[in-house]
Amino acid sequence: MFGFGILSGLLILPLIGAAAILVLRGDDPATVNNIRWIAFWTTVATFILSLVAWYDFNPAESGFQLVEQKTWFSSAISYKLGVDGMSMPFVLLTTLLMPISIAASPSVERRVAEYMVAFLVLETLMIGVFVALDLVLFYLFFEGGLIPMFLIIGVWGGKRRVYAAFKFFLYTMLGSLLMLLAIMAMYWTAKTTDITVLLHTNFPAGMQKWLWLAFFASFAVKMPMWPVHTWLPDAHVEAPTAGSVILAAILLKMGGYGFIRFSLPMFPDASQFFAPLVYALSVIAIIYTSLVALVQEDMKKLIAYSSVAHMGFVTMGLFAMTPQGVQGAIFLMISHGLVSGALFLCVGVIYDRMHTRDIDAYGGLVQRMPLYATAFMIFTLANVGLPGTSGFIGEFLTLLGTFSVNSWVALFATTGVILSAAYALYLYRRIIFGVIEKPNLMAIADLSAREVVIFAPLVILTIYYGVHPQPVIDASAASVDALIKGLGQALGATKAAGL
Amino acid sequence: MATAFSLPTALPEFILAVGILVLVLLGAFRGERSVWLVTEIAVALLGVALVVLLAGHGGTNVTFYGSFTDDPFSRFMKALALFGSLVTLLLSVEFMRREKIAGFEFPILILLSTLGMMVLISASDLIALYLGFEMMSLALYVVAAYHRDNTRATEAGLKYFVLGALSSGMLLYGLSLVYGFAGTVSFAGVANAVKDHSSIGVIFGLVFVLTGLAFKISAVPFHMWTPDVYEGAPTPVAAFFASAPKMAAMAVLVRVVITAFPGVAGEWRQIIIFVSIASMALGSFAAIGQTNFKRLMAYSSIGHMGFALVGLAAGTPDGVHGVVIYMAIYLVMTLGTFAAILSMQRDGRYIEDIADLAGLARTNGPMAFFLGAMMFSLAGIPPLGGFFAKFYVFAAAIEANLFALAVIGVLCSVVAAFYYLRIVKIMYFDEPVPAFDQPGLAVRIVLALSTALVIFYSIVPGPLTSAAMAAAKSLF
Repeated sequence: MFGFGILSGLLILPLIGAAAILVLRGDDPATVNNIRWIAFWTTVATFILSLVAWYDFNPAESGFQLVEQKTWFSSAISYKLGVDGMSMPFVLLTTLLMPISIAASPSVERRVAEYMVAFLVLETLMIGVFVALDLVLFYLFFEGGLIPMFLIIGVWGGKRRVYAAFKFFLYTMLGSLLMLLAIMAMYWTAKTTDITVLLHTNFPAGMQKWLWLAFFASFAVKMPMWPVHTWLPDAHVEAPTAGSVILAAILLKMGGYGFIRFSLPMFPDASQFFAPLVYALSVIAIIYTSLVALVQEDMKKLIAYSSVAHMGFVTMGLFAMTPQGVQGAIFLMISHGLVSGALFLCVGVIYDRMHTRDIDAYGGLVQRMPLYATAFMIFTLANVGLPGTSGFIGEFLTLLGTFSVNSWVALFATTGVILSAAYALYLYRRIIFGVIEKPNLMAIADLSAREVVIFAPLVILTIYYGVHPQPVIDASAASVDALIKGLGQALGATKAAGL
Repeated sequence: MATAFSLPTALPEFILAVGILVLVLLGAFRGERSVWLVTEIAVALLGVALVVLLAGHGGTNVTFYGSFTDDPFSRFMKALALFGSLVTLLLSVEFMRREKIAGFEFPILILLSTLGMMVLISASDLIALYLGFEMMSLALYVVAAYHRDNTRATEAGLKYFVLGALSSGMLLYGLSLVYGFAGTVSFAGVANAVKDHSSIGVIFGLVFVLTGLAFKISAVPFHMWTPDVYEGAPTPVAAFFASAPKMAAMAVLVRVVITAFPGVAGEWRQIIIFVSIASMALGSFAAIGQTNFKRLMAYSSIGHMGFALVGLAAGTPDGVHGVVIYMAIYLVMTLGTFAAILSMQRDGRYIEDIADLAGLARTNGPMAFFLGAMMFSLAGIPPLGGFFAKFYVFAAAIEANLFALAVIGVLCSVVAAFYYLRIVKIMYFDEPVPAFDQPGLAVRIVLALSTALVIFYSIVPGPLTSAAMAAAKSLF
């Protein structure tokens, strides 16, 4: 239609939904109900469209597919979209989690129209990050996402929402702007911002280091890596449930995606050079934030710190620069998207009932909420990385990939697995097991039908990918192989030149 | 094509000049009854001048014995200046009526000042530069104090006049030094004279010229007047100060350094870099503590001039391209924001406190959305226009290897983002205060239109970008 392809459709569809909601402004219950349904069905339609895109997608090819290009600013800066095996899974993750987040937002009663519009615009921007094939376009989506997220945290968040929203915004903006300068430098070197061209541009080794650092500043904040992770616990704790889900499941993955898409293939020498730094930060993140998670009193904060630890595995696997490491990192990001999203939904379920996130306020929920206890159990175990859940595959592959390169790093990182079992099971025990001592918990209700429907796809996927990870791995295998091969060649060439 | 004397080349200026004379007579003979008639004709004149300007023949024409240049650059910047004057005049109608200070002098003064700007933008010798500069400034001094029964307005006018006169003096001193050492007044002649050997006298002259021009664009360290004048002057006048004269002063600054002093680029670049960094830093940090919206916008405009100068510091065609785009987008954002300030009225009184915006998202959703878009755009967040403005100037700085300047610039823009976000926070996160009165039609249209422009610029960037490129190329 009008020469636009299916990926443009994915970008436009949520905006159409947002426009429809804006037309429907009103506060009476009937309108609000309509708004919720419009938002929900828009995201479902987007999800279906992304499945169509997946159907058209050929995982055996390593190059970009479904490519579309239009002149935008100039011939050098164009509107170019496309997906490959490394971005397709993230697109699907985004479109899958959006209807779930919308469905999990009935507790939002204030300014529903604005809330839904913010989420739909955010969806467009998130999908855009994963499908953009032009650096300026990528940056536009990457940074543009700050606006709706700022509003979501600030308007519908908890007590310290203003602080959290500002911290989130300014932290990420600072990192991104340094990346913007690097993008400009690349533009003047390569005379284009087309990612497909830049992937085959050899930047001088000295320049690579600066560019790598600038991109690192952005992605490390987004990821987030220790020590620039401090915005995450605040943002998570204060954001409304759906905001936390999107933040943990998708926004954090933009950092990892950026490393795979840009840092590794475009700056291979610098990546090699800085790999020890990344290892160090990753191991610190894994161990330190796991320990910090152990002592948290706030459920959301605990899960937020656990996210930082898991992202440590991702960065470690990526910079191992082995097929298993990168493959595992991608898998872990997808799995973490499902699991951490689900965990925040779990917190949301009891928060909606009791209006507190204090771990101490709960205990013995299994006696009143058996269904909930089961779902929470599955996600907790997946978070720990128990074999048979999706969490295991990713952690195992990243450790495997790292072990072959640097066994010490893998050794230290493995302690993180143990620590994660400690904090996750400790959390689970304190909330679910024991006898109910608090009188106000006596009447707490188990999952409603709506909540069961929300959790069902996440439970199924967590277990399905745990026993049968092939779909995700196959989808990205060709692209990852091409990436590793390209890296090997680039590094080999540098060595051969004696640099 | 250079001609000794060619009226069509300066047709928009002549339309304005003749119109002003007619309007003065009209006002003098019909007195206060003619206020609205004069305003309407003034708006029409600006519109006609804009249309004639844009419909005019292309290419570069030099006339009046080489003192007046009509090229794509001047046409682009004149269009911006005319547009700024036109919009502020429209915005002023409701304000003047409500505050009961309407007079036929006001539109005429705006027209006079605009005529000065157009001469200034087209100036290609030192004399025309000074004539245009003074014509613009004298009218500005009067409008600053236009609300003459208000002590703050008269204070603003006096302050502006004293400091402005000082800067004019410095400019004149600089111009005479340049003339004395170069032996010619035409920019091309000066460029020729300083091509091979730059005497210390010319450099001195250059410094004084830059001082005078920096004053008008309110760049640090010649910014002191800005917050007081913006706060004290009537709001439409502040909107005027923030928009049209900045276009003209920036245009002439660019033209002077690029066409008259290319031989001493190393010297003026140092000055521009310093002024740019100082403006960005001061604009970012000093605005944080402001509670008055107009004062905040004053610091914001100081910061934005710093960002625009980043492009000029590069001194390349891409840099000038960046400056031109920056000024165009800045103009739209400023006019939109001042339209929002003009719609802040409660119980028939105008208010300017940022705290009065609290909870605007709930009391007036559309206005909060429009102003929010302006704030995000001023902060330079994509996909809004303000981002692309910054993008072009920083890209030019990177191209010219001014990495430190670019890094300092982005750091400042993060700091600046804080206070723009604070306004969004007040509108969206805070508990509502009583709603504003319904603003007039002109204010609402300007607000909505400028929001549409900053949002949709990223979708259709072509026309502005290519026009700006042509403008930039015509200087080199």
